Parts: sequence; C-alpha cells; structure tokens
Amino acid sequence: MNNAIDSILIFLVLTDLILLGSSRLKNAIRFVALQGLALGLLPMLAHSQGVVWHAVLLGAGSALLKGFVFPSLMNRALRETNANREIEPFVGYISSLLIGVGVLALSFWSGARLSLPWEAASLLLVPAGLFTVWTGLFLIVARRKAITQVLGYIAMENGIFTLGMVLVEAMPLLVELGVLLDIFVAVFVMGIIVFHINREFDHIDSDQLAALKEGPP
Amino acid sequence: MNTASMLHPLLALLLAPLLPGVINRTKAFFAGRRGPPLLQTYFDLWKLFRKGAVYSRTTTWIFRAGPIVNFACLLAALMVLPLGRVAAPLSFAGDLVLLAYLLGLGRFFTVAAALDTGSSFEGMGASREVQFAVFAEPALLVGLAALARHAQALSLTPIYAGLSSASWSVSFPMLALLGMGLFILFLSENCRIPVDDPNTHLELTMIHEVMVLDHGSVDFGFVQWGSSLKLWILGALWTGLMPPGATGRPLLDLAAGVAWMLVLAVATGIAESIMARVRLLRVPQLLVGAGVLCALGLLLTFR
Amino acid sequence: MILALVFIPLLSALAAMLIRPDRPRRRLLVATAAIHSALTAACWVSPGTAAPGAWVGLDAAGRLFLGITSLLFLAAAIYASHSLGQGRAARGRQTEEDTGSVFVNAPEAVFTACLLVFLSTMTLVVSSQHLGLLWVAVEATTLATAPLIYFHRQPSSLEATWKYLLVCSVGIALALLGNFLVVVASAAPGGAHGTLLVPDLVARGARMQAPWLKAAFVFLLVGYGTKMGLAPMHTWLPDAHSEAPSPVSALLSGALLNCAFLGILRAHSICVAAGLGDFSGQLLAGFGILSMGLAAAFIANQPDYKRMLAYSSMEHMGLLALGAGIGGAAMFGAMLHAVNHSVVKAALFLLAGNFLAAYRTKSIARVGGAIRLLPASGWLWLAGLFAITGMPPFGTFASEFTMLREAFAQGRIALAIAALVALAIAFAGMSRAFLGMALGRVPEGVVAGRERASAVLPSFVLLAVSLGLGLWIPHGWASVLEQAARLSGGGAP
Repeated sequence: MNNAIDSILIFLVLTDLILLGSSRLKNAIRFVALQGLALGLLPMLAHSQGVVWHAVLLGAGSALLKGFVFPSLMNRALRETNANREIEPFVGYISSLLIGVGVLALSFWSGARLSLPWEAASLLLVPAGLFTVWTGLFLIVARRKAITQVLGYIAMENGIFTLGMVLVEAMPLLVELGVLLDIFVAVFVMGIIVFHINREFDHIDSDQLAALKEGPP
Repeated sequence: MNTASMLHPLLALLLAPLLPGVINRTKAFFAGRRGPPLLQTYFDLWKLFRKGAVYSRTTTWIFRAGPIVNFACLLAALMVLPLGRVAAPLSFAGDLVLLAYLLGLGRFFTVAAALDTGSSFEGMGASREVQFAVFAEPALLVGLAALARHAQALSLTPIYAGLSSASWSVSFPMLALLGMGLFILFLSENCRIPVDDPNTHLELTMIHEVMVLDHGSVDFGFVQWGSSLKLWILGALWTGLMPPGATGRPLLDLAAGVAWMLVLAVATGIAESIMARVRLLRVPQLLVGAGVLCALGLLLTFR
Repeated sequence: MILALVFIPLLSALAAMLIRPDRPRRRLLVATAAIHSALTAACWVSPGTAAPGAWVGLDAAGRLFLGITSLLFLAAAIYASHSLGQGRAARGRQTEEDTGSVFVNAPEAVFTACLLVFLSTMTLVVSSQHLGLLWVAVEATTLATAPLIYFHRQPSSLEATWKYLLVCSVGIALALLGNFLVVVASAAPGGAHGTLLVPDLVARGARMQAPWLKAAFVFLLVGYGTKMGLAPMHTWLPDAHSEAPSPVSALLSGALLNCAFLGILRAHSICVAAGLGDFSGQLLAGFGILSMGLAAAFIANQPDYKRMLAYSSMEHMGLLALGAGIGGAAMFGAMLHAVNHSVVKAALFLLAGNFLAAYRTKSIARVGGAIRLLPASGWLWLAGLFAITGMPPFGTFASEFTMLREAFAQGRIALAIAALVALAIAFAGMSRAFLGMALGRVPEGVVAGRERASAVLPSFVLLAVSLGLGLWIPHGWASVLEQAARLSGGGAP
C-alpha cells in the first residue's frame, strides 16, 4: 500500500523534472496529463480504511478532468496556435533541471522538518506536493508561451491536490468538488483566452503582452 | 572469502570480452542481420596482441602508459567489486570510494594519452569525455551513497550482500530509481548508444573511439579489453541490485551473477536497437537525469 | 434567504443567455439588481441568526459587505443598461483614440450573464462561513469577471484579462494551501476534528496550533491579498481595472476588492482568537503601508485617469489593511472606510465612463473643461475628488481620521506619518489631474450630447451616501459596523 503511494509520488516528482527539462509542448501536455491520471489513484490509496466512495468519486473526477479533458483542450489550443515548442525560455533547460534538483532537496528537507500533528499516508506526500507546486510556479514564471503557463497552473494545482491528500478525512466532498469545478472553468477560460491571444497577436508569447505598463506621463 | 570470490576476477577477465559480442548479436538480431560471431572481441584481441607497434615521434611515455594504467586501474577495481551476492576478494570500509576513484584515474590516463598525441580530433574527444564525466561521476557517487545508506555499510561487499528479493518489496521505489539511474550511467560510461555510438567512426560525433584512434597493436588490445572490463564493472554495480538474495552456495551465486550480466548485455542490445543517439548537447541533460534519479534514491533513504 | 440571494442572480443569468432582444435583457439586469437589493435590505431589517454549523450565514461583517455589494451592483446595473444602449448606437464598432484600435464588443447576452453570475458569486463570498466555500466563491468571482474585462475586444483588454486571470488564479491557489494549513492547525493531535468553519475556528481559540496557523495566515494573506491588490501582488490591478468597461471597473474596485478583504479578515479574526493577533496585525499593517506607498508613487505622475483610479483603489486597500492591522478602533474605521471607499470609487469609475464616452480617450491631458461639456458629470467629478482624498465633510474623512487617531493613540507614530505622507502625495497627484480635467479648456472637436439621468444619477446617489455617512452615521449602521469590527478582531471607539 505504502509502496504504491510512494511510487505514484516519485512518478510525480520525475514528471515534474521532465516538465522542467522538456521543450516540446506536446510532451509537456502529455506528462501533465499523466500526472493527473496518477494522482487520481491517490485518494483511493490514501484512505486507511478500505474503499470510500467519497475518495473514489474525487479521484475519478480529478483523473477524468486532468487526464482527458484538459489535455484535449490544450492539444486543441496547440493545433490552432501552431506552436509546438518553447523557444528561448527565460531559464534554460539544464539550469531549470539543476535548480529543480536543488529545490527538490530543499522540499525534502522542509518536509522532514515539518512535523504534522498526525501520520500522513506517506512521508513523501509533503515534499512531492511542495515540489510540484514549485514546479508549476516556476513554469509560469520562466517560460514564454501562454500554453506553458496554463500547464504550469495545472501542475501547481496537482501539487496542491497532493498536499490536500494529507488531510483527506477533514476536507468535505462538496468543497473538493467545488475546487475541481473552479479549476475546470479556470483552465477552460484560460484556453479560450489563449485562443484569443493567438488570434489578436499571431503568437502566444505572453512576455510580449507588455503594452500595459507605466509609461512616461 | 571463498573460492567463488577468488574465481570472480578471473572470470571477469575471461568473460568480459564476451559482453560486446552478446550486445552486437542482439543488435544484429533486431536489425535482421546475422552479425559478427559472439567471440569476435576475442579474435580481435588475439590479432592485436601478436602485432608489432609503431609510435609517433611526437608522443611521450604518457601515450604508452595510458592503456596500461587504465587496464591496471580496472584490474584493481575488480578486486573490490562484488558480483551480486559473491563477495569481493578485498573488502574494507570506503572501498566504494576507491572504486569510483580507480575508474576516474583510468579515465584520466586515457584522456591524458589522447591529449599527448597533439591531434585535434583526439583533443576534442578528450574534452567531451571529461565534460560528460563531470555529470556522470557525481551521479555514480550519489548512487553508491544511496546504496551505502540503505545497507548502513561503507563497503561494497556488505552493501550488495544485504540485498535480496525482500528488499525489493520493502523499498521498491528507491531500488527502482537506482536501477534506472545506474543503467543510464552504465550506458553513458561505456559509450553505448544514447550517448555515443561505439560503431561509428565519424569523428565529429564520437567520444570514446576518437580518443584511442592513434593506439595500435598491444596497446589497442589493452584498450579493447579494458573497455570490456569497464562494461563488466559498471554492469556488476547494476546486476547486484537484482534479486535473488544469497542462496548460501557461493558458486550458485556466481552463476546467477554471470547470468544477470548476460541479461544486461541483451537488454543493452535491445535498448540500442530501439533508441537513437541523442544530440551531444542533450547528453548532459540525460546525465543530469541519471544524477537526479540517484539523488532521489538517496533522498528516499532518509526516513 | 441567503440561498435566494445567491440563486436569483444565477437564474437571471440563465435567462439572460436565452433572451434574444436587448431591451428586455437590460430590464432583467436592473430588475434582478433591484430584487437583490430589496432582499439585502430585508436581511438588514431582520437579521436571522445563523444555525450553528451552517456553511452560509450572514454575520455583521457579511451583512455590511453584502450591503455594499448590492448597492453598488444596483448602481452599476442602471448605468450599464444605459451604456450598453450607447454602444449599440455605433453599430457595434467603436474606436479608441489612445491606441487607435477599432474594436467590437463581446455579445451583450454573455456580458449580462457574467455580470449576474458575478453578483451571485460575490454574494456567496460575503455569506460563506466556511473557508473552503469562501475559496470556491472567490475563485468563481475571478472566473466570472474575466470575460467582463475582455468586453471590449481589443488587444489591450486581452492582455489585461490574461494577467488578471493568471495572477489571481495562482494567488488564490496559494490561498487553498492556506486553507489546508488551517485544517492542520485546527486538528487535534490525533488528526481528527479538523474544521474550516469560521465560528468553530474562532471558538477553538488558543487550542489551535500556533506555528501552523501562522503559516496558514501567511498563505491566506498572500492569496486573498493578490485578489485584493496589495503590493507587491498588485500587478494585475491597474491593467484590469482600467481596461474593463466602466460599470465593471466600478464593481471590481468597489465590491470585489472588499470581498477579498473579507477573506483576509476572516483569517485575521481566527488569528486574533488564537492569540496571534499581533503577528497577523503586523503583517497586515506591513502589506498595507507598502501598498499605500507604492500606489501613491504611481498616482503622482499618472497620465491615464482610469489607471489613476485603479491605483487609488490599491492605496485605499492598503489603508484598509493598515487599519485592520492596527486593530482596536482602527478596525471600526476600516469597516467604515470600506463602505465609504466603495461608494465613492464606484461613483468615480461610472463618471470616468461618461468621460470616456464623450472624449474617447483615457489620457488626462486630453480631457478638459468637463464642467462645461458635461456639467453634471463634471461637478460630480470634483465632488468625488474631495470624497476620495478624504476631505471633510465626506465619510472618507471620518473613517481615515478614526484609523489614524487610533494609530497615534497606540503610539505607532511612524506608521501613521508614513500613511499620512502617502495620502498627501495621492492628494496632490489626484487633485492636479482632476482639476485639469474638470476645469481647463474643452479640446477641439469634442462634442457631447445631453447627459442622461441613468448615466449620472447612480454616481450622484453614491456620492450622496458618502456625504451622508460623513455627517451622520445612523444608529443601526453604527451598531452593525461595531459588531463587524468586533467579529474581525477589532473594537470600536
């Protein structure tokens, strides 16, 4: 049981690293989708007492959304925008990877220092979650394409979902479903906006969206 | 200390040249060819050891020492290397660091010999070899450190002796990570395909082969034998992770180790058949990846 | 009652999508706003007691902010029904002279529906007693407003929408982490009984685990602070508030920022109950003074009047955070100021919409002589200047005075003086711009039609409310403000 959770979490960390080091947007979409699918299993495994319908529902909903709906949305946006790889990111891929390894060690360190008031399902839960949140934030900050930023947002959400597994019992189902719904609409709206950005500007490089700033009076 | 552990270095010396043969036959099978005979490396060695040598006047003793010192380093490394559950002839605390450094010393002399020729091609190969070593050596040390922490021992023999099928079910994630990481290291350190292509002779893309272009006869024989031995040594680090645990009969353990080594050679052949060589610029990324896998494995032991 | 408040706008939104002709849809918008206001007034007259353990319920703070939201929405709805009609006169195409871009507007049905969903989600924010529900509602407001900001289909609006959506979504995602940490902080050592219900959390008080609660507060402050426009997470605010159509700007500045503030107040009240009031207060005051200083610096030399109003919102949000952070009577001042700022800022944004329609520019330098061209808007604009900069007899003076007096009384002289300096800089910058726009010469070629009552009346009423609050606070109001301040961990003078 514990090994299965650990394996999923390690898979999560590895896919984060792949996201940090990969330039192909199609691959990135695929790996974020795989993350979503793997995370869908977590709620079922994290419950200590057998199968709980609440957890099954949550996991299935999340897996469906993140594993199938989001990737197809993203792939559509990708097809329409004719962008298939990230060109000249603000931070290079090898440096991203090396920074990532550093942050990974840091999140393990802080995960070991934070003593939860109770035993979490796995000791890796907190470090892996923290690292995934960081990866998402890093992708949003260090990459140019609007699609990558949306992917970063989804990855960050995956991390928060993982951290949420620490307190599966305490979170009411209704709130979890509300959160999922919000994320779904957020990604949906972001997808539409990416589409519009492409139409208005003929590119989806968000760093070139810089008309609005404080100019000389 | 028993007959099996005395037998292992001898066996390694004798069987190592078989590994390239197995790899090549596997690749040939996947490509639909018959391929060279299994014993091709032995034939090559036999031919090379009977040849006379010609040395360029621009080279010094360093050039001649290169292959010999490299081979000697690998021989010394064999002395502390266990094969799976078979203990090494020598075992003491810290011998894993010695192993890493012996490999490094061998690399240093190979590189120095290549530079000694003064040829720009060989200089380029040497520079690449060292550049990639910067990423590969920390990964190897981190991987060994993970194993050491897992077994709470500082010597290779007890580290590998403690592993068994049971340890796979207890700490599956960590061993799987190390297995992947060490496999990548095995491929890159031996200049196998995703990193380097041992068959190509296009200087612009090779790493290891280009460094030894000027060696001939007995020297080249030692280079060839040495690279087979390196295949065996790094292979042993990987196969040692695999089950089963100690059977209690040293000779049986030895046989299991050799069998795993052959499996590894076949796996390498398969990997080379289905993968393309990555661009040189991407090689560091691959090696950082191996380092990350090993580092993750190490992190998993802290708990 | 609360459910009706949440669901009536939702149902209207659905209807708005289905109604084809424009005129009935605009009437529906105003009617829904009126019904919502009436229901809100009913809540004020007879505040029911929330059942213990209920996820939604209106306490004093909730009622206060609901009142603001509902009033502002009514004003904005009346204004929008007018300005939407105006846009249609030009057969959908409009030009903006600053960028020279020609654009069309988003479909009006979608706009109206999003506006109504926005009202519904804001109502949910102010009435939720459950931090998880609060989070869901706050994120929903972001999503409902994104299409509103992109109403004018032009590149600059698109850019503003993207920044708004991304920055706020990421910020609010951090607030979700804060929620998790609250659960951890509230759980018993065994891990059971974690909760997110605000009254329960307040009741647990010092039994909560302090380190986790501190971490939770930091995350919640950063998360909802992003939405509230506190520096340095404010980057989206001037863009979004200046690019949105004017009634939406009014709602964003006047109502939505307050909703985010309420989220922070809930977290603050939990901290105060747990004996960590000093910690959370210090943080709030720090973020507050930083926002004020930064906003004042941007106001001083601002060439764009809608951006100036946006930075002014940021400054007042800083002031609210400062007041909440100082605590005591300053919390009462902050509550009063939230009301005052909302009505004044909404009025100003609606007036700015009138100017934008007449002059077709957002540049301060190219607007002049407003009191001759648009007399009603021009004079109200001048009145608004006095109101927003905190001159007596407007209510903003009373509320700012309350906060600063408490700061001096607590001996936090440096903080108070820094706030005063920031207010003074903002005053100088704004009065220069506002006076130039209202007086001065009318640029050539600008002609304006008659001012419609629906374009001016909402601003007039809102400013009148601010003036009224400056002269006399009704007893019922004062008691609600006092209760709200006590609920949020402060006191009353």
